[in-house]
Amino acid sequence: MELLRFATAGSVDDGKSTLIGRLLFDSKQIFEDTLEALEHSTMLRGEEGMNLALLTDGLRAEREQGITIDVAYRYFATPRRKFIIADTPGHVQYTRNMVTGASTADLALILVDARKGIIEQSRRHAFLASLLGVPHIVLCVNKMDLVDYDQDVFERIKSEFREFAAKLDVRDLQFVPMSALNGDNVVERSANTPWYEGTSLLHHLEEVHIASDRNLIDCRFPVQYVIRPRDDKHHDYRGYAGQVSSGSYRVGDDVVVLPSGFVSTIASIDTADGPVEEAVPPMSVTIRLSDDLDVSRGDMICRPNNQPNIGQDVDAMLCWFGERAALKPGGKYALKQTSKWTRALVKELHYRLDVNTLHRDEEANSLSLNEIGRVTLRTTAPLFFDDYRRNRATGSFILVDEPSNDTLAAGMIL
Amino acid sequence: MHRLISHLDALESESIHLLREVAAEFERPVLLFSGGKDSVVMLHLAKKAFWPARLPFPVMHVDTGHNFPEVIEFRDSSVRRLDVNLVVASVQASIDAGRVVEDTGPRASRNRLQTTTLLDAIEQHGYDAVMGGARRDEEKARAKERFFSFRDEFGQWDPKNQRPEIWSLYNGRHRKGEHIRVFPLSNWTELDIWQYIADEDIELPSIYYAHRREVFRRDGMLMAVSDFLQPGDGEESFEATVRYRTVGDATCTAAVASMASKIEDVIAEVAASRITERGATRADDKFSEAAMEDRKREGYF
Repeated sequence: MELLRFATAGSVDDGKSTLIGRLLFDSKQIFEDTLEALEHSTMLRGEEGMNLALLTDGLRAEREQGITIDVAYRYFATPRRKFIIADTPGHVQYTRNMVTGASTADLALILVDARKGIIEQSRRHAFLASLLGVPHIVLCVNKMDLVDYDQDVFERIKSEFREFAAKLDVRDLQFVPMSALNGDNVVERSANTPWYEGTSLLHHLEEVHIASDRNLIDCRFPVQYVIRPRDDKHHDYRGYAGQVSSGSYRVGDDVVVLPSGFVSTIASIDTADGPVEEAVPPMSVTIRLSDDLDVSRGDMICRPNNQPNIGQDVDAMLCWFGERAALKPGGKYALKQTSKWTRALVKELHYRLDVNTLHRDEEANSLSLNEIGRVTLRTTAPLFFDDYRRNRATGSFILVDEPSNDTLAAGMIL
Repeated sequence: MHRLISHLDALESESIHLLREVAAEFERPVLLFSGGKDSVVMLHLAKKAFWPARLPFPVMHVDTGHNFPEVIEFRDSSVRRLDVNLVVASVQASIDAGRVVEDTGPRASRNRLQTTTLLDAIEQHGYDAVMGGARRDEEKARAKERFFSFRDEFGQWDPKNQRPEIWSLYNGRHRKGEHIRVFPLSNWTELDIWQYIADEDIELPSIYYAHRREVFRRDGMLMAVSDFLQPGDGEESFEATVRYRTVGDATCTAAVASMASKIEDVIAEVAASRITERGATRADDKFSEAAMEDRKREGYF
């Protein structure tokens, strides 16, 4: 059974909670005591029926204010796949939440209300999903029951969204007309939309092909930890532990270790279950080399004929999450990329991007909370990196405030 | 054609990555180990992460003193078999030292007292990363937890002020006196845990499987009769075939009626269950809508 991670974006009004509730209900993932607690909470709030939003609003402050503050993770499974939903609220902190949820997602669900069509928020969500390199996007045109399941409404929304998405980098875009409330096209195809030739949403989630989303070409293995038992049984054992970021490693492969540039071959790929012939993402393994080299955390094992960029100057799109201070040129921060910490100086802010219009404000001289812009950074030590579009693992980094240790920004290398 | 990675392989790999990040980035990590199934799986993963080397950190049991004897036996045999160092932080010692005052009465539980014992042990040993087996699917406040969760110098969790966690780039930076709680099993569900236990042939305390036991009914739950817990007025004890879905303090952890004596039976039961494991077995979560959130804010697991 494969694992599919997806992010949902939209506001309560779009019926997002109802949709998630429906997926969980119909796959029998909402438990009786959870339902009871939900009914009880709904009643305490003086509301009737069941407020499905309270399922994901787990914190006291969220219940009190009636808003979702933070990303909530939900889990369900069908016989075909296990799903992890990152449910990202649309109100407060939408950029931070959406970026967090989308960063590890295979797929993004964007909800629109059929009566309202594509609104500013839909465009924003699509842009963020594309910026974060989410390979598959599904636009759920919800509340079709309120427009009499009119095919023209669906087609109009579809073509309008397609036009906008053409400006973005979206690899796979699907559209599903649905009513989350009535269950149309959520789990089963609906008789109310005979003109719709696609599959139900759940069927799509179960079948969408994700295995080839992995980059199996560029071999990147950031060394996380050096395993040296130093006991009698494994006296000379020296293994480099890490998770394969991309590419495929096989025993006997020629490799180069960065930054030293030393070459060697893979003697063995170890796991606690025994050696394996091949390692691919996202496997966590331990690589042993044929030669005694000085390799440590932060180094990267690659192939001699396919190496990442190596340098101290990177251009990146930055999403700023700092609440206390804005990003300004000249700012210095701690930077983490793969398994490596270094420091970075913001040399230049090229522009700030309006996520609603995609307009570039080149006069901007700072990025505030939840703003996005293009920067040039200079790092104290060389990074081994790739274009984020080609490699989400080696093209991403975070910036951290040195006095407070707060995480300030997510960066995608261009 | 490359082999597909199963969901359990993906979860295992994610957890191992996290455990190695902890060993690499912290000076004094510790792994919480109670003998409960989640901590058993976490310890199993930790052994795999550093194989063939020994664990680069100790394990710690916060001992309420109200234990199931089978679990303590299992804890001690695991520690010997896996060759790990065990630290025991004792709630009884906290009570004796006057750090906490024990509730009295038939409904008294030491569950909440564990927080002080845990925080004192963290301070005493100077632990900077504390790994726990909590899962996001367990409970609604836990659904909002990070993998790396910051705790201030009072050990407090501030759910409204969490660090954003993007990709798998974990930020474990902290100042002296602060620490990070790490949850390597965040993305596992109860069913994942059981399937993994079956796949990996992991040993568990016997009380997870069906056995005969003297119990009594309280608030709709089956509580075991023990030295620490006796039936009160109007509560009658009887013998039943039960098993435990969670293992915690004996005074607030309930058994469920079950005939599942083998792992396959347990998996079938969990897959068909319509009640969450905490809802079925934990008196401590029934106090209020936000019982877990409140305890977590204070520094609970």
